[in-house]
Amino acid sequence: MSKAVVTDEKLPDLPPPSNTVGPVHWVKENLLSSPGNIALTIFAAWLIYMLVPGTLDWTIISAVWAGGADACRANPEAACWPFVWTKWEQFIYGFYPAESRWRVDFAMLLLVVGIAYLMIEKTPGKRYMGLFMLVIYPIIAWILLYGSVFGLEEVKTNKWGGFSLTLVIALTGIVFSLPIGVVLALGRRSNMPAIRSICVVFIEFWRGVPLISVLFMSSVMLPLFLPEGVSFNDLLRALIGVALFSAAYMAEVVRGGLQAIPKGQYEGADSLGLSYWQKMRLIILPQALKIVIPGIVNTFIGLFKDTTLVLIIGLLDLLGTVQAGIADPNWSIKSVPYTGYAFTALVFFICCYGMSLYSRKIEEKLHTGHKR
Amino acid sequence: MTTPNVADQPAKASMLYDPRVRSMAYQGLALIAIIWFGYFIWDNATTNMENRGIKTGFDFLWNRAGFDIIQTPVEYTQDSSYGRSFLVGLINTLIVAGLGVIVATILGFVIGVARLSNNYVIRKLATVYIEIFRNIPLLLQIFFWYHAVLKPLPSPRSLYEKGEVIAFGINNRGAYLPEPIFGDYSFLILLGLIAAFLGSYFLGKWAKKRQEMTGMPFPVFLCSFGMIIGLPFIGWLMAMVLASESAPLTFSYAEMAGFQLKGGLPIIPELVALLIALAVYTAAFIAEIVRAGIQSVSHGQTEAAHALGIRNGVTLRLVIIPQALRVIIPPLTSQYLNLTKNSSLATAIAYPDLVSVFAGTALNQTGQAVEIISLTMAVYLLVSLTTSVFMNWYNSKMSLVER
Repeated sequence: MSKAVVTDEKLPDLPPPSNTVGPVHWVKENLLSSPGNIALTIFAAWLIYMLVPGTLDWTIISAVWAGGADACRANPEAACWPFVWTKWEQFIYGFYPAESRWRVDFAMLLLVVGIAYLMIEKTPGKRYMGLFMLVIYPIIAWILLYGSVFGLEEVKTNKWGGFSLTLVIALTGIVFSLPIGVVLALGRRSNMPAIRSICVVFIEFWRGVPLISVLFMSSVMLPLFLPEGVSFNDLLRALIGVALFSAAYMAEVVRGGLQAIPKGQYEGADSLGLSYWQKMRLIILPQALKIVIPGIVNTFIGLFKDTTLVLIIGLLDLLGTVQAGIADPNWSIKSVPYTGYAFTALVFFICCYGMSLYSRKIEEKLHTGHKR
Repeated sequence: MTTPNVADQPAKASMLYDPRVRSMAYQGLALIAIIWFGYFIWDNATTNMENRGIKTGFDFLWNRAGFDIIQTPVEYTQDSSYGRSFLVGLINTLIVAGLGVIVATILGFVIGVARLSNNYVIRKLATVYIEIFRNIPLLLQIFFWYHAVLKPLPSPRSLYEKGEVIAFGINNRGAYLPEPIFGDYSFLILLGLIAAFLGSYFLGKWAKKRQEMTGMPFPVFLCSFGMIIGLPFIGWLMAMVLASESAPLTFSYAEMAGFQLKGGLPIIPELVALLIALAVYTAAFIAEIVRAGIQSVSHGQTEAAHALGIRNGVTLRLVIIPQALRVIIPPLTSQYLNLTKNSSLATAIAYPDLVSVFAGTALNQTGQAVEIISLTMAVYLLVSLTTSVFMNWYNSKMSLVER
């Protein structure tokens, strides 16, 4: 009886007990673990049954996909997508002249390329590209959209509208709010009492009032504040309001980053004899801004959604053009308002959800650095 | 042993490099710039207003307003003053913000907890809710509820017969609820309610003290619940006995009279739409805050409580929730503030809130932009700053409890 009972090799793992794996166990654990849980599952199933088939049917299966207003009038109980197809150009360009729309397309293309370049990991020279997008691109975009130089025909801002106007407002907001926000945040952390109070008052003022009142202020009060003979057009006034408003929010985000940097970094920079601006530019801000990228993206998402408010002071952004389209008597069909709102919601959802996914990804990537 | 003390020697650097001098100079420059800017604006504003013949000052607040408001919680007619319309707008804002905060909190807590449920489907549904509603602009949601849900509802004429009595109903003229009518001695009901709240407060204090002294728990929640239901009921009974002729509390229901509903407590569709949109939108944010708060309490706390033999419910109530609340309350307050500020979107569907009535109609009629916009902003600022002060107090109180 010399059977070896000791092995020098690792025995293969036994499979886990059959009642702890597999779909059956998963269902038991996740859906039916207790009477309360079973009730919840039934409730959820009922909710899904109530919502999903109806929505799918309305938006896709019985929806009108082709034809014109008459096709929709024949079937008013389902989505009317021809409404979107017909008004498509208005939704994107507003009243921008048709022969110059390539300029809007080109500006948007540049934007998409630039952002894609910044988002893809490990592309070289990201820093310069970022600076380009923040400083040079807005100038190029303005020249393209407004024209009146380089032989481009002038297109007045009251012709702008639709999704491109939404983008213009949101991007102006971010481009101006970032530098102003950084300065305000530094001011709020400064140890000079006068500078600090000015920044605190500025930030708290803009954060304390609703954007609507800021827009009202910039549309009715701003003209009074300017010297005689100087006047801003409607869009520019709204842009100033949006930029100052979002700068205050950005300042608080950046301040969070400044506070998160360990004190040793500040002291280390001081002990090297760096001046205040050198310290901030070379040591503190690169670290602080990196931490708050998710916060900046979240602020931007908020700003992007808030651009819809400009329709209250009479600018036609995406939601404004959709509202105008719904009011069109040729399309006074029961399903049209729902379709219009569903389309707008979808556009905003894709943009905002995409940005929030990106910010979450960055957050995860940054988080690993702090894990010990 | 006589190394000269460096600090005793006078600084040799030029004044230009003295940080104190520099900082004074920067601050002086900043102040001068601000004052100059303020003067510039003030000067321009006064010349411009003079040129355009705009009156200044707050005298207009006592002038006749001359416009109607569709929801007047305090007495208001066309003959009331602009100041009165300001008050009506302010109260309407507070109504929608107050109701919105309550509904959003309940909805947000339910969804936030659902997001952490161990039921897969519930968890996913809560996630879908949050992602959909916080990624769609609030204004769009308000339009949706108003133009696409409430306005296409059938009219009362097509819904009800003549003379029909409706307790709860919703149609394109708004929602209808029964209106409570307080008769003689109805103050006893209120008295009972106040007594119940005071009683619950002191009972809670007493029970906490007793538990700390003796370790014996007291069913505070059940007792308070009983008191809050019971004492007003006793008050009602007493009022019934005292006021033998008329009932102390009756309800008036809406009744179909001719082509429209009369009586009851009508709630205008603008308020319903705004309330639903604000609550649904803010609840998505509150749900995320609640989830983050609960997750911030480490699992070790639950395990330790279980190891001490504390039951699940008690663990939740005494261990998890107090710690989670410390994380939840600051961002929750800022969501409440956001809701209040967002209620100004009312102006898009003409719900008569402060911005819509005062910075809208009153501004168009008087043209006194500077005064009206400043007053409106001051109201919102006041609310925000008061809340911040309260929050700072709360934070410092809570952080004392920490190690």
